[in-house]
Amino acid sequence: MAQPIKKPANVFAPWADPNAVPLIQFKNVTKRYGTFTAIDDQTIDIYEREFFALLGPSGCGKTTMMRMLAGFETPTEGTITIGGKDMADVPPNKRAVNMMFQSYALFPHLSVWDNIAFGLKREANMDKERLNARVEEMLRLTRLEQFAKRKPHQISGGQRQRVALARSLAKAPKLLLLDEPLGALDKKLREETQFELMDIQEKTGTTFVIVTHDQEEAMTVASRVAVMDHGKIIQVDTPPRIYEAPGSVYVADFIGDVNLIKGTIRKTGPEAYQIQYADNVPPIEVTECAREFSDGDKVTFAIRPEKLLVSETAPQDRANAMEGKIIDIGYLGNISTYHVELPNGQMIKAAMTNATRIDRRSFTWDDTVWVSFRSSAGVVLPE
Amino acid sequence: MRRAALILLPYSWLFAFFLIPFLIVLKISVSDPALAIPPYTPLLDLSEGWAGVKAFFAGLDFDNFKFLASDNLYWKAYLSSLQIAVTSTFLALCVAYPIAYGMARAPDEWRPTLMMLVILPFWSSFLIRVYSWKAILAQEGLLNQFLLWIGVIDTPLTILNTTTAVYIGIVYTYLPFMILPIYAALDRLDTSLLEAAEDLGCTRLQAFWLVTFPLSRGGIIAGCFLVFIPVMGEFVIPELLGGSGTLMIGKVLWEEFFSNRDWPVASAVAVILLLLLIVPIILYLRNEQKQREAGA
Amino acid sequence: MRRLSWFNATSLTLGFAFLYLPMVILVVYSFNESRLVTVWAGFSTKWYGELLRNEAFLDAAWVTLRVAVVSSTLATILGTAAAYVLIRAGRFPGRTLFSGMMYAPLVMPDVILGLSLLLLFIAIGLDRGMVTIILAHTTFCMAYVAVVVSSRLATFDQSLEEAALDLGCSPWDAFRSVTLPIIAPAVVSGWLLGFTLSLDDLVIASFASGPSSTTLPIKIFSAVRLGVSPEINALSSILIGMVTIGVITFSISSKRSITRRQREENQAN
Repeated sequence: MAQPIKKPANVFAPWADPNAVPLIQFKNVTKRYGTFTAIDDQTIDIYEREFFALLGPSGCGKTTMMRMLAGFETPTEGTITIGGKDMADVPPNKRAVNMMFQSYALFPHLSVWDNIAFGLKREANMDKERLNARVEEMLRLTRLEQFAKRKPHQISGGQRQRVALARSLAKAPKLLLLDEPLGALDKKLREETQFELMDIQEKTGTTFVIVTHDQEEAMTVASRVAVMDHGKIIQVDTPPRIYEAPGSVYVADFIGDVNLIKGTIRKTGPEAYQIQYADNVPPIEVTECAREFSDGDKVTFAIRPEKLLVSETAPQDRANAMEGKIIDIGYLGNISTYHVELPNGQMIKAAMTNATRIDRRSFTWDDTVWVSFRSSAGVVLPE
Repeated sequence: MRRAALILLPYSWLFAFFLIPFLIVLKISVSDPALAIPPYTPLLDLSEGWAGVKAFFAGLDFDNFKFLASDNLYWKAYLSSLQIAVTSTFLALCVAYPIAYGMARAPDEWRPTLMMLVILPFWSSFLIRVYSWKAILAQEGLLNQFLLWIGVIDTPLTILNTTTAVYIGIVYTYLPFMILPIYAALDRLDTSLLEAAEDLGCTRLQAFWLVTFPLSRGGIIAGCFLVFIPVMGEFVIPELLGGSGTLMIGKVLWEEFFSNRDWPVASAVAVILLLLLIVPIILYLRNEQKQREAGA
Repeated sequence: MRRLSWFNATSLTLGFAFLYLPMVILVVYSFNESRLVTVWAGFSTKWYGELLRNEAFLDAAWVTLRVAVVSSTLATILGTAAAYVLIRAGRFPGRTLFSGMMYAPLVMPDVILGLSLLLLFIAIGLDRGMVTIILAHTTFCMAYVAVVVSSRLATFDQSLEEAALDLGCSPWDAFRSVTLPIIAPAVVSGWLLGFTLSLDDLVIASFASGPSSTTLPIKIFSAVRLGVSPEINALSSILIGMVTIGVITFSISSKRSITRRQREENQAN
């Protein structure tokens, strides 16, 4: 039934290639401020041309990681190498790394043109023509040609964001760091800009490391996402794998909506298990489970709301079906979310697309319905 | 390297022109007066080596401070300065609060102008502002002419060269220092707080007393310190507007130094004045810090 | 649209009358014909003429001006450096002593500051004159400059400096090409404040000056000690006039630049 997804031959996945040389290496990096440990013994490789996202709640250490790359902080222990070179004694102004600041940090006394030219003017053997050409190129890339003479306060928030990007890209850095680059933009503009960022990253071939607390943003733009918490990287993976195969309850819960069902596991075959989550109900059937568990282990079964089907009768083609009562319906336009209470009191969230008009909907509050899913739809996570 | 140079530049300047002079004042305050140039003893004579240093320290004593304590001129001067400073700070507060309140309640487009009108006297000469009262307060001055003309008094009042004139001068010259912090505090005040108070049943006067006044306390405290501290050491105002009956320690210090040429006593007077000021200054700094923390 | 209540209107009127009436009277009486300041004897500008012929006043004014320019400039350099050190240099040995020394002149009575500097000049055998006044004024003005500049630096977005470093500036280059232009208005106000404080100072200058160098406030003080004179009224009127013009021009120009900026920001969004 389940078919392995065929990989195209030219897929970009240097992290899967054992011969690839990483551009950035954190080796056992620890950063302490007094008694507070911001980064706790982390090791991580980031490859050239990657769009790498550091994702986590505020205070998780993601900004510290980035500031160590830029050179504004030095690790307390461990080493950071960029292109194989130890960065310990290299000050920020001598690094081939540029940063786009969260506040944009545009120089208010300089025009857009001069802001973009600022870094180039400080480069040795940069002649006037090359500088002009480079600034013009950057203005074109970020579609800012007609704003070149304006001051930062004379342009809109979205334009300021593009100036900041153009300025940090102007020196063609090996590595570009983006600190919450879209945080100050409104939702619609943010979505547009995400695709613009990806486009620019592809065109310039620069390695991007982005810091964000917005999981949607990280999922959209990044080739790989590192989920962080309390100074530690919990999981590093591609966005689909982070979403579909979270390695821990923390990651499953942090990324997107999820139903977490606790229970006891029993092995039924190769990669197949049963999870007993309540008395007097059939257990959850699980197949294609990559992890090994032994009978009697306490586990959490995680399943995304959109993998669930809500129906009046139990469908025959699904391995799992649970009976429950609709407590709440949230209408979001394109989808509706149903909060269904199981007999044991567990609340299940299910999201269904509104394929038909709302007045044709067949069930409503307090109706008894069936919530069903395939045996491969969820993941089993250790407690 | 550059950082060290940057720190060292202002640091060494302050060291040379603030700390060392102050240490000299301290040293002279424990020396004895002498009929010499400079008019005090002992002098540190390093040519005699260790013996010279020893003789130097042996010559230091607290005689000047004992003298200050025994002669009631001095402690009367301190007390009278303190009294004048406290009274005039209170008077300045009473005059400044309605003005600051009026400014904060004025239409928005007036406020920059009102603000400028308060700051303008602050930029113009202190000396001239004090001087301007001389012609007004004199026996045959404009105030007396006016009062005689409207018939309030029959004989001219003696105001100039009295402590009253000193009060008027102090309140007048230090008024902007009191108005500005109070205005700043009142300006920050969210008017919806007053509306909420009235909505909850306060009269306007109660709302003022229960909401506005407590919330402007930070500004009042800052203003009071900004007036009190410099007034304690004031010299120009008592000299120009006060009479022989107005004792202020700044004036005593000046006369001790320039007229009596008793440097050790002048230095001792300065040291005690500074000690008296340290307490309110520390209180002030603590208040500032509290406000900053509350603001953050 | 709020309107003033009668109470507020009265307190503002009386308050500003109190602040301005003495100065208005001073200016009016500077045009008085009579030598007696309190008796009006007709309009005349003769005291201004007299003032311009008074060499002693003109000399003192020239000394005062030179002292003010030099000491406020020195104070601006030192005060800006001190503010930068206090806000940005982080911890260093003796930082508490440094900030104490920095702000102490703000709260120390002028008489003590003047006395201590005079005793220093005597102890090191420095002859009193313009140099000593400049040294003294620089010391007390730099505290004011440091307060003005450090309050601007404290609200300054530090990522601007980091951005400059990130784009290849050395720390000094970042200060020169980013920090300084942005804090320039505060540095200019610091200079102006120092300049007026130096022009105005009587007490410290009296301690630090020698017989060869008399500043205008010392001259005015010794004249008004004896009583009111129409010449001093004329001189005061000139000074008040200059300050008024200066402050009004400055505030109008800064108000214009603020409104222009607001208009541009509104257009941008």
